[in-house]
Amino acid sequence: MVAISVEPPEINKRHCQKMGFTYRFLSDPKAEVVRRYDLLHPGAGPKGADISRPAEFLIDPTGTIRWVNLTENAAVRARPEQVLKAFDDSSERAAR
Amino acid sequence: MKRRWNWPLWTGFLLALAGLFSYAIFAQFPITRDFPWANLFLFCAGGILLVVGLARAFGRPQVYRGKMFGPILAVLSLLAFALFGYGAFYLVRQMPVSAGAPRVGEKAPEFTLPDQNGKPVALADLLSSSHGAVLIFYRGHW
Repeated sequence: MVAISVEPPEINKRHCQKMGFTYRFLSDPKAEVVRRYDLLHPGAGPKGADISRPAEFLIDPTGTIRWVNLTENAAVRARPEQVLKAFDDSSERAAR
Repeated sequence: MKRRWNWPLWTGFLLALAGLFSYAIFAQFPITRDFPWANLFLFCAGGILLVVGLARAFGRPQVYRGKMFGPILAVLSLLAFALFGYGAFYLVRQMPVSAGAPRVGEKAPEFTLPDQNGKPVALADLLSSSHGAVLIFYRGHW
Protein backbone atom coordinates (compact mmCIF):
# COMPACT_ATOMS: atom_id res chain seq x y z
CA MET A 1 0.00 0.00 0.00
CA VAL A 2 1.37 3.37 -0.99
CA ALA A 3 0.07 6.91 -0.76
CA ILE A 4 0.66 9.42 -3.55
CA SER A 5 0.32 13.19 -3.32
CA VAL A 6 1.96 16.34 -4.67
CA GLU A 7 3.70 16.98 -1.33
CA PRO A 8 7.53 16.86 -1.31
CA PRO A 9 9.28 13.95 0.51
CA GLU A 10 10.34 16.03 3.53
CA ILE A 11 6.73 17.13 4.17
CA ASN A 12 5.57 13.52 3.78
CA LYS A 13 8.25 12.35 6.20
CA ARG A 14 7.15 14.87 8.82
CA HIS A 15 3.49 13.93 8.25
CA CYS A 16 4.21 10.19 8.65
CA GLN A 17 6.19 10.76 11.84
CA LYS A 18 3.47 12.96 13.26
CA MET A 19 0.62 10.56 12.38
CA GLY A 20 2.52 7.31 12.98
CA PHE A 21 1.97 6.03 9.43
CA THR A 22 4.31 3.19 8.53
CA TYR A 23 3.45 2.77 4.85
CA ARG A 24 5.19 4.60 2.05
CA PHE A 25 4.19 8.09 0.98
CA LEU A 26 5.28 8.85 -2.58
CA SER A 27 5.91 12.35 -3.77
CA ASP A 28 4.69 13.63 -7.15
CA PRO A 29 5.39 17.38 -6.89
CA LYS A 30 4.79 18.12 -10.58
CA ALA A 31 1.65 15.95 -10.57
CA GLU A 32 3.00 13.91 -13.50
CA VAL A 33 1.68 10.58 -12.24
CA VAL A 34 -1.50 12.28 -11.02
CA ARG A 35 -1.99 13.49 -14.62
CA ARG A 36 -1.15 10.06 -16.04
CA TYR A 37 -4.01 8.66 -13.95
CA ASP A 38 -6.24 11.61 -14.95
CA LEU A 39 -6.78 12.61 -11.33
CA LEU A 40 -5.62 16.23 -11.52
CA HIS A 41 -7.80 18.69 -9.64
CA PRO A 42 -6.55 22.01 -11.02
CA GLY A 43 -6.29 24.93 -8.63
CA ALA A 44 -7.83 23.04 -5.70
CA GLY A 45 -4.78 23.25 -3.43
CA PRO A 46 -3.66 26.14 -1.26
CA LYS A 47 -2.82 29.25 -3.29
CA GLY A 48 -4.44 27.64 -6.33
CA ALA A 49 -1.94 24.78 -6.61
CA ASP A 50 -2.84 21.78 -8.78
CA ILE A 51 -3.41 18.73 -6.58
CA SER A 52 -4.74 15.20 -6.89
CA ARG A 53 -8.36 14.35 -6.27
CA PRO A 54 -8.81 11.56 -3.72
CA ALA A 55 -8.79 8.14 -5.39
CA GLU A 56 -7.90 4.54 -4.62
CA PHE A 57 -6.76 1.74 -6.96
CA LEU A 58 -6.27 -1.96 -6.22
CA ILE A 59 -3.72 -3.50 -8.55
CA ASP A 60 -3.02 -7.24 -8.84
CA PRO A 61 0.51 -8.69 -9.19
CA THR A 62 0.23 -8.66 -13.01
CA GLY A 63 -0.31 -4.86 -12.94
CA THR A 64 -4.01 -5.10 -13.82
CA ILE A 65 -6.43 -2.82 -12.00
CA ARG A 66 -8.96 -4.83 -9.97
CA TRP A 67 -10.88 -2.10 -8.17
CA VAL A 68 -11.16 1.68 -8.45
CA ASN A 69 -12.75 4.19 -6.09
CA LEU A 70 -13.23 7.72 -7.43
CA THR A 71 -15.20 9.52 -4.74
CA GLU A 72 -17.68 12.23 -5.71
CA ASN A 73 -17.23 13.91 -2.35
CA ALA A 74 -13.75 14.94 -1.21
CA ALA A 75 -14.77 14.30 2.41
CA VAL A 76 -15.80 10.68 1.73
CA ARG A 77 -12.90 8.25 1.20
CA ALA A 78 -12.72 4.51 0.86
CA ARG A 79 -12.88 2.75 4.21
CA PRO A 80 -10.25 0.10 5.01
CA GLU A 81 -12.92 -2.63 5.00
CA GLN A 82 -13.99 -1.62 1.46
CA VAL A 83 -10.43 -2.06 0.22
CA LEU A 84 -10.06 -5.40 2.03
CA LYS A 85 -13.33 -6.64 0.52
CA ALA A 86 -12.17 -5.58 -2.95
CA PHE A 87 -8.94 -7.49 -2.33
CA ASP A 88 -10.81 -10.62 -1.18
CA ASP A 89 -13.22 -10.47 -4.15
CA SER A 90 -10.33 -10.02 -6.54
CA SER A 91 -8.38 -12.95 -5.02
CA GLU A 92 -11.45 -15.20 -5.24
CA ARG A 93 -11.92 -14.38 -8.92
CA ALA A 94 -8.25 -15.07 -9.54
CA ALA A 95 -8.48 -18.45 -7.76
CA ARG A 96 -11.44 -19.62 -9.86
CA MET B 1 -39.43 46.43 35.89
CA LYS B 2 -36.19 45.07 34.57
CA ARG B 3 -36.73 42.68 31.63
CA ARG B 4 -35.39 39.13 31.84
CA TRP B 5 -32.40 37.76 30.04
CA ASN B 6 -33.41 35.85 26.87
CA TRP B 7 -31.02 32.89 27.18
CA PRO B 8 -32.34 30.79 24.23
CA LEU B 9 -31.17 33.48 21.79
CA TRP B 10 -27.59 33.36 23.02
CA THR B 11 -27.50 29.60 23.47
CA GLY B 12 -28.92 29.12 19.96
CA PHE B 13 -26.31 31.45 18.52
CA LEU B 14 -23.49 29.63 20.34
CA LEU B 15 -24.79 26.27 19.08
CA ALA B 16 -24.79 27.61 15.51
CA LEU B 17 -21.17 28.76 15.93
CA ALA B 18 -20.34 25.35 17.40
CA GLY B 19 -22.03 23.73 14.38
CA LEU B 20 -19.74 25.67 12.07
CA PHE B 21 -16.41 25.31 13.87
CA SER B 22 -16.76 21.82 15.33
CA TYR B 23 -16.42 20.33 11.83
CA ALA B 24 -12.65 20.56 12.36
CA ILE B 25 -13.12 17.93 15.09
CA PHE B 26 -15.93 15.87 13.54
CA ALA B 27 -14.11 15.66 10.17
CA GLN B 28 -11.52 13.41 11.84
CA PHE B 29 -14.01 10.56 12.23
CA PRO B 30 -15.55 8.86 9.17
CA ILE B 31 -18.92 8.47 10.87
CA THR B 32 -19.33 12.23 11.38
CA ARG B 33 -17.45 13.19 8.21
CA ASP B 34 -19.10 11.14 5.46
CA PHE B 35 -22.38 12.76 6.41
CA PRO B 36 -22.05 15.71 8.85
CA TRP B 37 -25.03 14.78 11.00
CA ALA B 38 -23.37 15.96 14.23
CA ASN B 39 -22.97 19.46 12.81
CA LEU B 40 -26.50 19.47 11.40
CA PHE B 41 -27.80 18.43 14.84
CA LEU B 42 -26.02 21.42 16.43
CA PHE B 43 -27.47 23.79 13.82
CA CYS B 44 -30.92 22.27 14.28
CA ALA B 45 -30.83 22.62 18.08
CA GLY B 46 -29.52 26.19 17.69
CA GLY B 47 -32.30 27.04 15.23
CA ILE B 48 -35.01 25.78 17.59
CA LEU B 49 -33.60 27.83 20.48
CA LEU B 50 -33.37 30.93 18.30
CA VAL B 51 -37.01 30.55 17.27
CA VAL B 52 -38.00 30.15 20.92
CA GLY B 53 -35.91 33.21 21.85
CA LEU B 54 -37.36 35.33 19.06
CA ALA B 55 -40.90 34.30 20.00
CA ARG B 56 -40.19 35.43 23.57
CA ALA B 57 -38.59 38.70 22.50
CA PHE B 58 -41.39 39.70 20.15
CA GLY B 59 -44.31 37.95 21.85
CA ARG B 60 -43.66 39.23 25.37
CA PRO B 61 -41.31 42.19 24.92
CA GLN B 62 -42.33 43.60 28.30
CA VAL B 63 -40.89 40.46 30.00
CA TYR B 64 -37.98 39.39 27.77
CA ARG B 65 -35.12 41.24 26.19
CA GLY B 66 -33.85 40.56 22.67
CA LYS B 67 -35.90 42.59 20.15
CA MET B 68 -32.69 44.26 19.02
CA PHE B 69 -30.00 41.58 19.28
CA GLY B 70 -32.33 38.63 18.65
CA PRO B 71 -32.68 39.24 14.90
CA ILE B 72 -28.96 40.06 14.66
CA LEU B 73 -28.01 36.73 16.30
CA ALA B 74 -30.51 34.90 14.11
CA VAL B 75 -29.07 36.38 10.91
CA LEU B 76 -25.48 35.61 12.00
CA SER B 77 -26.55 32.03 12.81
CA LEU B 78 -28.18 31.68 9.40
CA LEU B 79 -24.96 32.94 7.77
CA ALA B 80 -22.96 30.34 9.71
CA PHE B 81 -25.38 27.63 8.56
CA ALA B 82 -25.20 28.83 4.93
CA LEU B 83 -21.41 28.87 5.02
CA PHE B 84 -21.33 25.35 6.45
CA GLY B 85 -23.82 24.06 3.89
CA TYR B 86 -21.86 25.62 1.05
CA GLY B 87 -18.62 23.98 2.20
CA ALA B 88 -19.97 20.61 3.33
CA PHE B 89 -22.47 19.96 0.55
CA TYR B 90 -21.29 21.99 -2.45
CA LEU B 91 -17.54 22.67 -2.33
CA VAL B 92 -16.55 19.09 -1.43
CA ARG B 93 -18.42 17.82 -4.51
CA GLN B 94 -16.60 20.09 -6.94
CA MET B 95 -14.46 17.33 -8.40
CA PRO B 96 -12.96 16.83 -11.84
CA VAL B 97 -14.63 14.26 -14.09
CA SER B 98 -11.49 12.08 -14.43
CA ALA B 99 -12.99 10.36 -17.48
CA GLY B 100 -9.52 9.17 -18.49
CA ALA B 101 -8.67 7.52 -15.17
CA PRO B 102 -7.59 3.87 -15.60
CA ARG B 103 -10.49 1.45 -15.28
CA VAL B 104 -10.91 -2.03 -13.85
CA GLY B 105 -9.29 -4.57 -16.17
CA GLU B 106 -6.78 -2.07 -17.61
CA LYS B 107 -3.06 -2.08 -16.89
CA ALA B 108 -2.06 0.44 -14.22
CA PRO B 109 0.22 3.11 -15.72
CA GLU B 110 3.82 2.56 -14.58
CA PHE B 111 5.56 5.19 -12.45
CA THR B 112 8.61 5.79 -10.29
CA LEU B 113 8.38 8.32 -7.47
CA PRO B 114 10.48 9.09 -4.38
CA ASP B 115 9.11 7.96 -1.00
CA GLN B 116 9.31 10.01 2.22
CA ASN B 117 13.00 9.07 2.60
CA GLY B 118 13.81 10.10 -0.97
CA LYS B 119 14.17 6.48 -2.12
CA PRO B 120 12.70 5.91 -5.60
CA VAL B 121 9.80 3.44 -5.69
CA ALA B 122 8.50 1.95 -8.95
CA LEU B 123 5.07 0.37 -9.34
CA ALA B 124 6.81 -2.72 -10.74
CA ASP B 125 8.85 -3.03 -7.49
CA LEU B 126 5.68 -2.84 -5.42
CA LEU B 127 4.01 -5.57 -7.48
CA SER B 128 6.98 -7.94 -7.74
CA SER B 129 7.27 -8.39 -3.99
CA SER B 130 3.63 -8.72 -2.96
CA HIS B 131 0.13 -9.95 -3.67
CA GLY B 132 -0.68 -6.65 -5.33
CA ALA B 133 -0.73 -2.98 -4.44
CA VAL B 134 -3.18 -0.37 -3.27
CA LEU B 135 -2.52 3.14 -4.56
CA ILE B 136 -4.09 5.89 -2.52
CA PHE B 137 -4.05 9.32 -4.10
CA TYR B 138 -4.36 12.11 -1.55
CA ARG B 139 -5.06 15.81 -1.90
CA GLY B 140 -2.08 16.48 0.37
CA HIS B 141 -1.31 19.87 1.98
CA TRP B 142 -1.01 18.33 5.43
